[in-house]
Amino acid sequence: MRVATPRISLEIQRYRPEQEQEPILQAYEVEYHEDWVVLDAINHIKDHMDGSLSYRWSCRMGVCGSCGMMINGEPKLSCATFLRDYYPASIRVEPLANFPIERDLVIVLDDFMEKLTKVKPWILRDQEKPLSEGEYRQTPAELARYNQFTLCINCMLCYSACPVYALDPHFIGPAAIALAHRYNLDSRDQGGKWRQQVLSSEEGIWACTYVGTCSVVCPAHVDPAGAIQQAKLTTTLDWFRDVLLPWSGR
Amino acid sequence: MTPFQRPVSAIWWLKKRAYFFFILRELTSVFIAMYLVLLLLLLQRLSAGPGPYAAYLRFLATPGMFAFHAVALAAALYHTLTSMSFLPNIIVVRFGEFRLPAIAYAVGSYSGWIVISVLIFWIVVLR
Ligand code: FES
Repeated sequence: MRVATPRISLEIQRYRPEQEQEPILQAYEVEYHEDWVVLDAINHIKDHMDGSLSYRWSCRMGVCGSCGMMINGEPKLSCATFLRDYYPASIRVEPLANFPIERDLVIVLDDFMEKLTKVKPWILRDQEKPLSEGEYRQTPAELARYNQFTLCINCMLCYSACPVYALDPHFIGPAAIALAHRYNLDSRDQGGKWRQQVLSSEEGIWACTYVGTCSVVCPAHVDPAGAIQQAKLTTTLDWFRDVLLPWSGR
Repeated sequence: MTPFQRPVSAIWWLKKRAYFFFILRELTSVFIAMYLVLLLLLLQRLSAGPGPYAAYLRFLATPGMFAFHAVALAAALYHTLTSMSFLPNIIVVRFGEFRLPAIAYAVGSYSGWIVISVLIFWIVVLR
């Protein structure tokens, strides 16, 4: 006698603008496999049950950052969230919070992309040195200063966890500030003064009230909340230096 | 096709433990501010002479004021302890590639706290 494969139910939020005024939940029942992640179940639905379901994913291994979803109300990478952690209860899957919904689980990420470019997350030099002089060298200690912040995969879970961003969509937000901080800490970079204009603007670091949930949900352990507070500290110290020692010529 | 914008609930801070404790922490500042007002009034009464000062002390000894101070103390402790737990993420101390671990911050801030408390106790009570 064949033992029936256990099943698990997924309640997936649907939004088809040509069909619905607002999102609805649709339940699907799929086979339960101990080694399946939520993304496997959704792929199974897409391939075998309902081809109209829309969502983003790519690498299936926690690297590309495109499969972020709200899973039982928590922002998570669906490729790194196992069914077994919820089974036998059903799982509710919704698009990442705090972003507009394009369709089903697909969010509009233009706002994040814009903010990301605003902080110029690349190495800025006042003057590039000629190729003949070789590469910009760095010691292991210099690398260690910013290494943690390079691990960001731009998955936007931190924006989804941030109530400040929810209430004020102009806030530059955790990932973009953490990346700005990453380049500011890089010994090869000289762009701090440019980024500072964005970072210390009203929508920048001072909008953050240190709720800290961005760092809790970050799948890459970047600690964006820490980065923002560190940037606040640096900015404050720089300000004092400018006021108290104007001749120091930073 | 217009993207769907989800509204933010007015009680968003009740929806997650972490949000609730964040709001609670923000609220502790209100109690600390009120305590500081009482402290400033104490100084003002002190400068007004022994009569007003004694009257103010009697006011502080009323059950309502006693309860307020108990709550303000709890608020100050919560604020302080959480602040100290944030330190390692905010003030990064490095020696080359080595980063000072969180435990070192805890040892530093707690022992500093104890030393200052003992010092104040000595000045106010023992001397
Ligand atoms: S699919 Fe790439 S991070 Fe999940």
